[in-house]
Amino acid sequence: MKRILLIKRLLFVAALVPALRLAVKAYRFDLTANPVDYITDYTGDWAITCLIVSLGITPLRRLTGWNEVVKLRRMIGLFAFFYATLHLLTWVVIDKFFDYAWMVQDVLERPFITVGMATWTILFLLAITSNKYSIRRLGRRWQKLHYLVYAAGVGAVIHFWWLVKADITVPRRWAVTLAVFFGVRVWWVMRKRWAVSRKETLLQS
Amino acid sequence: MLIKKPSDIRSSEITPKDAWLGRREFIQASAAAVVGAGAAAFLGDASAQGGGLAKLPNVKKSPLSITDSPTSYEYITSYNNFYEFESGAGDGPKRKSGNFKPKPWKIAIEGEVAKPASYDLDEFIKPLQLEERIYRFRCVETWSAVVPWVGIPLKSVIDKVQPTSRAKFVKFTTLLDPKQFPMQRTGLLEWPYVEGLRMDEAMHPLAILAVGLYGEILPNQNGAPIRLVTPWKYGFKGAKSIVKIEFVEKQFRNTWQVMAPQEYGFYANVNPMVDHPRWSQRADRPLGGFRTKPTLMFNGYQDQVASLYTGMDLRKNF
Repeated sequence: MKRILLIKRLLFVAALVPALRLAVKAYRFDLTANPVDYITDYTGDWAITCLIVSLGITPLRRLTGWNEVVKLRRMIGLFAFFYATLHLLTWVVIDKFFDYAWMVQDVLERPFITVGMATWTILFLLAITSNKYSIRRLGRRWQKLHYLVYAAGVGAVIHFWWLVKADITVPRRWAVTLAVFFGVRVWWVMRKRWAVSRKETLLQS
Repeated sequence: MLIKKPSDIRSSEITPKDAWLGRREFIQASAAAVVGAGAAAFLGDASAQGGGLAKLPNVKKSPLSITDSPTSYEYITSYNNFYEFESGAGDGPKRKSGNFKPKPWKIAIEGEVAKPASYDLDEFIKPLQLEERIYRFRCVETWSAVVPWVGIPLKSVIDKVQPTSRAKFVKFTTLLDPKQFPMQRTGLLEWPYVEGLRMDEAMHPLAILAVGLYGEILPNQNGAPIRLVTPWKYGFKGAKSIVKIEFVEKQFRNTWQVMAPQEYGFYANVNPMVDHPRWSQRADRPLGGFRTKPTLMFNGYQDQVASLYTGMDLRKNF
């Protein structure tokens, strides 16, 4: 078996571990004195982790020249959607208990929830168009649509940042990570442009 | 290949919703059982619950207690907001407060009083009657509890120290000691933590200085050795580990108001009609449970405290 496939399988199992761990904790009634907040934070943490790791795949590939790593990207992105969906369901089912009027009010009135909802919607769109059929069907538009993953990354960090009361250590860490990933991409694009323009100048002279 | 269609796996993975519902009910039932057992133990014999800390002697029951079953000792002492130990609610304060020294303890009475002085806390408390007060507790983050505090009416302290006519507010200051309070080495909040009450609020019979929980001395994570409890206000009003009670003429800014004035006010009265920018305050979730219950005006103490705020715009004075 090719090495990348083995890595992919191992990663698949590894990415399920947090969900299994949560299930075990729930079964053992070990979810702290405030289980709803615990489950919400836990699933949210893993959603943002998977999302930002998926955004790090391309920089990793370019830095290391390990091209195959891109084969892990979709799966990690789908795990981000999986945990984001558990996060959302925690809110809908356990926290708000299907009180739709209350949820609509929350989405409209609380900016961090508005952003969180928008972020999940993006992840949902990306997840349902992540199959080969959609890639073929959407053609060039597929790439444009999937650039939205950057918006999702930014949205997830803002959602997290705005909900903490005082200690922004963790959301700031994610923001810096995201900025580094974006930064290297911008750097590469700029460098490419410079290289092209230099080549043109050379050709002209 | 095993993993060729992650998108298919996805939808089946999401279904745990049903399982979750089942789990939720199961846990709710367990929670009810645990709380019920705790309540039974409490009603039968107050000493059945507790953390094995020193018992407080000669505690009088109070008609101001509510009759609801108290939240379990375990929950009350393992879910705390105590930013001097750790940011955010959880068991951090319990884990990190093991070496905190609540004894011996000095408490200073300062400002507009007949005789400013510093007292040994035990000596200060000794002549006063300890009372058990079973109160609702409501955190601004929307979780709640029923807590069997042991304490002394704040009024009895005020009567004892005789503030002058210039005293309009009471200011409570938490210990400043970065050796014992690790977060005080950071700039997370403006240290030391200060909180305050208007004089008439402080004189209200519901306001107490708590020195105990479940008939025992306060555990460190709950604000040992002495903390403020005002059950009609959000929990953050309850300054912990108090070293100074100061009588002042002018209103001042409490710690969370300094941190985010648009989010936290001086009064901090529990009010389901006035939302926090990030949390709807219409409901709260009792510790250990999954379902919310409607939050009551002044946390259910409306009959007793509403007259303190007659004519005030509670939307503005949140």
